[in-house]
Amino acid sequence: MQSLEALLGEASALRSLPAAHRATMVGCARLRVFEAGAMLLTESGPAEEFFLIRRGRVAIETAVPARGAMTLETLGDGELVGWSWLVPPYRSAFGARAVDVAHVIAFDGACLRDKCESDPALGYDLLKVVATTFVRRLEDTRMRLLDLYAGVPGGG
Amino acid sequence: MAADLPLSCRVAERRRETGDTWTLRLEPADGRPPPFAPGQFAMLYVFGAGEVPISISAIPDGALVHTVRAVGPTTRALCDTAEGAGLGLRGPFGRGWPLERAEDHDVVVVAGGLGLAPLRPVIHALVARRERFGRVALLYGGRSPSELLFRDELETWRAAIDVELTVDAPEPGWDGEVGVVTRLIRRADLDPARTIAMACGPEVMMRFAAMALRERGVSATDIWLSLERSMKCATGHCGHCQLGPLFVCRDGPVVSHDAVERLMAVPEL
Repeated sequence: MQSLEALLGEASALRSLPAAHRATMVGCARLRVFEAGAMLLTESGPAEEFFLIRRGRVAIETAVPARGAMTLETLGDGELVGWSWLVPPYRSAFGARAVDVAHVIAFDGACLRDKCESDPALGYDLLKVVATTFVRRLEDTRMRLLDLYAGVPGGG
Repeated sequence: MAADLPLSCRVAERRRETGDTWTLRLEPADGRPPPFAPGQFAMLYVFGAGEVPISISAIPDGALVHTVRAVGPTTRALCDTAEGAGLGLRGPFGRGWPLERAEDHDVVVVAGGLGLAPLRPVIHALVARRERFGRVALLYGGRSPSELLFRDELETWRAAIDVELTVDAPEPGWDGEVGVVTRLIRRADLDPARTIAMACGPEVMMRFAAMALRERGVSATDIWLSLERSMKCATGHCGHCQLGPLFVCRDGPVVSHDAVERLMAVPEL
């Protein structure tokens, strides 16, 4: 069985981090498995952890009155789930539900924040990782806002 | 090539794909369809309504197949053409997909919305000659599950190639991926050094798809896009489809990313 440190090194999202940072992060990480349908994060609930998906799919969702849980996007292998752990008041804006059995590495947010406070180099490098995820999700969201696949009025 | 005068064709079959998109199987009156290659397009002429450029979406023996979305008066008339009725066809026009170049390579096909139609003949060829290619993946994004094209075929293709689907807006019962198709590129298991990518869809989608492929290490010369412009003459004379120095009808519609990357970033074009 691979060590947590080795697993972090294989994750494309964390590969840019120096090995020393990944070793530090291991102290706040543990392996977890979520059965299909289980919640990784609860909407409006405390964002105590964030996750790196090793295998499986996770749906980011929100509850809409009279419509139930609506899936906003799905995330898969190698992707990060959750960033509310980094921003006060540390509550999840959306829910995260395992679509299939999800094998993840779970990070304790408070533990990692403490390490970032005491090691600004770790904090900056980790923020760059999270910012990359922010930027890509924002690009994706903006592209979806364009509703590109809708018909083009005034066509031939 | 029937470039100047339309070839008389009969609508042999008309099939509804989605709410506003139809697939027409056309049979030439003389029984001899012109030789189309995947990625090329025809000018389809609805008598009394107008002429529009439509990519070939399948090339069966003795016929030509086009998939058309009703977005304006001519395409609406095209979609409404009854089985047995006549249409005019000019073509084939333009440059197609680099299928020969893709042999012995991994192939990633990226389609968005109606963009799957011009890529369907590529997938037919990849599946038919599967042993000539390495890993093959179709990454297809649509607006919603009910607006995905060729649903039956997508399942058939899974036997030969990887098929990954995603939608922007899920509907009840959909348990697949939700999100833009570029996300599938980021996750795809690909070897950039031996990958050829072919992408078709809205231009913004193709631009982001090309960016995602480049980030994964795929060379700009190995990324091929099918551009959409307002083709009129289809023979490189009228200039309606001009993109900088390119006439898309003649120099495209399929072009490599390195040839158009800068042009696609110019808003005036």
